[in-house]
Amino acid sequence: MYIIVVGGGRLGYYLTKALLSEGHEVVIVEKNPTICQNINDELGSVCIRGDGCEAATLADIGTARADMLIAVTGDDEDNLVACQVAKHKFNVPRTIAQVRNPKNETIFKALGIDVTVSSTNIILENIKEEVPTHPLTHLLTIRDKGLEIVEVKIPPDATTIGKPIKELTLPQGSRLALIIPKELKPRVPTSDTVLRDGDRVIAITTPESEEELRAVLRGA
Amino acid sequence: MKVVIMGCGRVGAQLAGLLDSDGHSVTILDTDAYSFQRLPPTFSGTALFGNGLNEEVLKKAGIEEADAFVAVTQGDNRNVMASQIAKHIFNVPRVICRIYDPLRQELYSTLGVEAFSPTTIFAQILREKLES
Repeated sequence: MYIIVVGGGRLGYYLTKALLSEGHEVVIVEKNPTICQNINDELGSVCIRGDGCEAATLADIGTARADMLIAVTGDDEDNLVACQVAKHKFNVPRTIAQVRNPKNETIFKALGIDVTVSSTNIILENIKEEVPTHPLTHLLTIRDKGLEIVEVKIPPDATTIGKPIKELTLPQGSRLALIIPKELKPRVPTSDTVLRDGDRVIAITTPESEEELRAVLRGA
Repeated sequence: MKVVIMGCGRVGAQLAGLLDSDGHSVTILDTDAYSFQRLPPTFSGTALFGNGLNEEVLKKAGIEEADAFVAVTQGDNRNVMASQIAKHIFNVPRVICRIYDPLRQELYSTLGVEAFSPTTIFAQILREKLES
């Protein structure tokens, strides 16, 4: 595939390295001449100095035949425009934008960007997962279906401990997929499975009912 | 009418002053409080410190009741993004956007953003002056 990466920061650099090693044809567009030079010294001639939001720059590097454009500059607005120019001026089939401000994810979607990756959210979730008291962690979001996979930890003071799952009224659209006990092997829950202290419950739910699901599982 | 202006540079401040003296209700945004000094002393509208790319700030500026939104910051992409938020998220009836880069201006005009390129306009004026 021919892939254009806009932004030669750390993310752009490592992404390009990974894509190149997978055998893709990759070009990075970077404004800063020093960064551009460093990348070319390290990875071979893959970096073009220019503004990836400018139609002229994108035309020069043959964006019209690109299969994908990935915008990973540090500024959300620049990522938005780079993707929109690629999409609407050059008909690039797939555009991916990094989003720093998590709130911009929905805006970008509404404005026609195919895929948004919120780096802030990903880092936040990863850190939260390591905080032992954190009640609910997002593991995966299946955005086009409005579904998400979450992990809920059962704390020692949960009133649901010792209760079988059939006694819980799960919110509509929520389903328990897996229970990972502290010591035993993970198991797929049945209606008779009993919740225990320290269980990690992997569930499928919707963004609207995740709070309710958390409350039901922990008996809050 | 109620107008929200993003960017209190020379153009933003002057426009705010003009609309204000015409009796319109004006709120002007900037991320640098110092730039509000450009507003004329008679300005009776609201000067609000904040980033127009932030939905909360836009709401605080009254974007939900606004009849028009004007984006005139120094950054083309900031103007483009804010204009699209105003138009597509808040359904502001009239959205006007400044884009210095003529190519980007052309593209966003075809995408339904009312965009002006000072570069193109000024170059045309200069040509007319020189050729007349």
